Amino acid sequence: MEERSLSQRLHLDIPLLFGLLLLCAVGLMVLYSAGGQDAALIYRQAMRMGLAMLLMFMIAQISPARLARLSLGVYLLGICLLALVLLTGEIGKGAQRWLNLGIIRFQPSELMKLALPMLLAWFFADNHLPPSLSRIFYATIIIVIPVLLIAKQPDLGTSILVAAAGFSILFVAGVSWKLITGFSLTAALSTPVLWYFMHDYQKQRVLTLLDPEKDPLGSGYHIIQSKIAIGSGGLYGKGWLNGTQSHLEFLPERSTDFIFAVFCEEFGLMGVLLLVCIYMFIIIRGLYISLNAQNTFGRLLGTGLTLTFFVYVFVNMGMVIGQLPVVGVPLPLISHGGTSMVTLMIAFGVLMAIHTHRRLLSD
Amino acid sequence: MPAEFHLKDAGYEYRLISRRIYFAGMIMFLLVLLIVIRVFFLQVVMHDHFTTLSQHNRVKIQPIAPIRGLIFSSDGVLLANNRPSFSLEIVPEQVKKIDRTINELSSLITIESKDIERFKKQIKKKHRFISVPLKYNLSDDEVAKLSVNRHRYPGVEVVAGLNRFYPLAEKLAHVSGYVGVINEEELVTLDTSNYKGTSHIGKLGAEQAYEGLLHGKVGHRQVEVNATGRIIRVLDRTAPVSGKNIFLTLDVSLQNLAVEALTDKRGAIVALDPEDGSVLALVSSPGYDPNPFVNGIDSKSYNKLLGSKDAPLLNRALQGKYPAGSTIKPFLGLGALDYGLRNLLDETWCQGWYSLKGSKHRYRDWKKQGHGHTNLVNAIAQSCDVYFYSLAHEMGIDRINEVLDKFGFGRKTNIDIIGEVAGLNPSREWKRRTYGQAWFPGETLIVGIGQGSSLVTPIHLAVATAAIANRGKLVQPHLYANARDSISNEIVDQYVQTEVEGIDIQDLEHWQQIIDSMTEVMHGARGTARRYGKGAAYKMAGKTGTAQVIAIAQDEEYKKEEVAEEFRDHALFIAFAPVDDPKIALAIIVENGGSGSSAAAPIARRLFDHYLRVK
Repeated sequence: MEERSLSQRLHLDIPLLFGLLLLCAVGLMVLYSAGGQDAALIYRQAMRMGLAMLLMFMIAQISPARLARLSLGVYLLGICLLALVLLTGEIGKGAQRWLNLGIIRFQPSELMKLALPMLLAWFFADNHLPPSLSRIFYATIIIVIPVLLIAKQPDLGTSILVAAAGFSILFVAGVSWKLITGFSLTAALSTPVLWYFMHDYQKQRVLTLLDPEKDPLGSGYHIIQSKIAIGSGGLYGKGWLNGTQSHLEFLPERSTDFIFAVFCEEFGLMGVLLLVCIYMFIIIRGLYISLNAQNTFGRLLGTGLTLTFFVYVFVNMGMVIGQLPVVGVPLPLISHGGTSMVTLMIAFGVLMAIHTHRRLLSD
Repeated sequence: MPAEFHLKDAGYEYRLISRRIYFAGMIMFLLVLLIVIRVFFLQVVMHDHFTTLSQHNRVKIQPIAPIRGLIFSSDGVLLANNRPSFSLEIVPEQVKKIDRTINELSSLITIESKDIERFKKQIKKKHRFISVPLKYNLSDDEVAKLSVNRHRYPGVEVVAGLNRFYPLAEKLAHVSGYVGVINEEELVTLDTSNYKGTSHIGKLGAEQAYEGLLHGKVGHRQVEVNATGRIIRVLDRTAPVSGKNIFLTLDVSLQNLAVEALTDKRGAIVALDPEDGSVLALVSSPGYDPNPFVNGIDSKSYNKLLGSKDAPLLNRALQGKYPAGSTIKPFLGLGALDYGLRNLLDETWCQGWYSLKGSKHRYRDWKKQGHGHTNLVNAIAQSCDVYFYSLAHEMGIDRINEVLDKFGFGRKTNIDIIGEVAGLNPSREWKRRTYGQAWFPGETLIVGIGQGSSLVTPIHLAVATAAIANRGKLVQPHLYANARDSISNEIVDQYVQTEVEGIDIQDLEHWQQIIDSMTEVMHGARGTARRYGKGAAYKMAGKTGTAQVIAIAQDEEYKKEEVAEEFRDHALFIAFAPVDDPKIALAIIVENGGSGSSAAAPIARRLFDHYLRVK
């Protein structure tokens, strides 16, 4: 047994931590510009980051084996809370998402982003892979219940993320390509049915994506202004704090969901490439950790969490550049707001735990 | 968990998961590539397009309205002014409880419910940070009260602006006209780029006619605005160019005197410089105050003006059509000489009436007992009707029409302000066209004394009189003298006299003969206006006229006292002075004033005395 390094004893993954800290620094810088140079806003966001980092650190201390044992309980708690939200939750921005716990307001859907991949990883790791048809069926039910509950709030963005977390584990677990193809086809064919069940505002978002110029001051406004911000940024951007689209308030939700547009406007294509590199670095590190995880549970969970992180980035950027419908998905660690950040940091804590508890298990 | 047993092959599972992870990694890489390509497309390929859109978003051009030029009289009196005015404005964004604030303000100053209504309509239409006027034209007292309480009402402001004001009010309304808020019809024809930011436009009179000079050139500033339209900073500024100051030919002291002469009367006075057609005075009585029209007159006051029996909104000088009465006689007299129908001293026997051959109808002279043997000089001086009945009969309607046409009867004078109508110079052709009837010889006689279908406007009568004074020049009357730069006071534009063709007659001596005859009216022993020619330091020429409003039956006699006021005769008078070097020509009409000699001629004397003493 070799000597364990300090980082391993603290259960920290230095490359991952480095990537996250870099991202947080970029995030604070962009937010300072997007939020109208409000120092208090930056202070609050930095505090949240610190708190989330602390949580990450704490989660990293828990061994993956223990997480696996907890997973079923956490999942069931999550389902109960989601049901509770639908019955008694607080309404914010037209959707019921929040559960008021007195001291803090809490979104059970965030919990589900972690609980679902944990349960699925545990469920699949328990048996041989590739999973049997019946296990795939059960897994699908495990996924669909929380996704529907969240979609009902309605919170399309989170339900997509939760579904992505679930299905990514299903994919990594080795579901046969035939099934994947069949499933994709079914999904494509059922789009009209999905359309039927969508809320009017959701339909509007899809239509807007297809033709934003149709209603430039209404539903198309976000996308048009966002594209103007990005396009006018050019190769090198207008410079930090010099984005006219954002500073003159043409760009809506510029410090939250549309912060990527501010980034593009001020830092240009060069900045975008750099940011994408940071994200890819974190993702590749996540995949590396998963690949080298000691057991199937760690591999599945690590990959699931990393893929969820990627979906965050992809959906948000895709929406801001006008390639995906507008759904409420923040840009991880850069958008203003604490909820998703805490969830993400916990996920990275789990990844670190997977990476650093390996030798401990082999003792 | 299902209970079936499978062998767990760790190596196989590891390879399976690894393959899937590599595959997922590849997919992610491709998706990220897609995003980067799209961003490249937006930021590099479409960069110029979006840069333009971004500029368009943030930079707005704001017009700055020019200051309207002032209007002065020839003697330098200010006729149209820009007066600072104060309005009470509220910035909705800065006032928490608007209704309560308005209530409290109402206890300080009176705010009418229509003001509140208009205010509430406007705040719905505008950005919340743009101030909206609640009340216009605050009095000094109101400004003081609001200023003292200013600290109590953040967001409530007293704002200074410029308001068009006409100091002479109703004395000059028909000349100055007024400006008013631009309406939708005007927007269609307007040079909208130059009128961005301008709220008022000349509607009538000189304000309308010289709008182009008075308005000036719009300035603008380039401002950076945010998405809500609030101005962040000014990027560039081009100052507006103020309108030119306009000087009219009008003589205010003469105008005032003329207005005074028509006080409590309906009528019109037009005084011209016979040399070039400069309008020295132009009065239509009663006048109206143009000031309430500037910011929109309320409908009650407007209806009162519209409904008034005295029709104050009618510009009688340009739009009033009256029978010329005996004032037509000098013009026909000139025709008689010119056609060779009469020599100056050829006499006609006047027995008090005239009859056409084969008819028993008697065309009466105003003097029942007749004028006896009458030549042209006496016929004009004493206004003998019988002389002109006989002359008209011999001349015939065609030649009457022709000679009157030379003096512009029945045509517009083309004065430089709008609203003028043409009089009527009847002819056979006109009658056939209008009534489908032939011309009757009796009508010729009636036209011969300026009655019947023949109609004139005061402005035209003044121009025709000036044409006698200047011996044949039919001038175009005009109010405009010149325009001056508002700062340097340099003359930048001037009235240009249009070339007029002289009235062509056989013998220029005839002008003198007609002028002599008209001088007899004022100075002759039996001239109809001799009372008003007496004691003057200069010689004047004139002609009285009395136009019938109702027909008097053959055996009836017109008695002023027995006829209702609105059916009494119109008093007319045309004159110019001094005779040997005419400086002023005028036409006066007093509606239902009675006889021209008693009601209109004294006014002319007063005006001449004033004007010629001044000059």
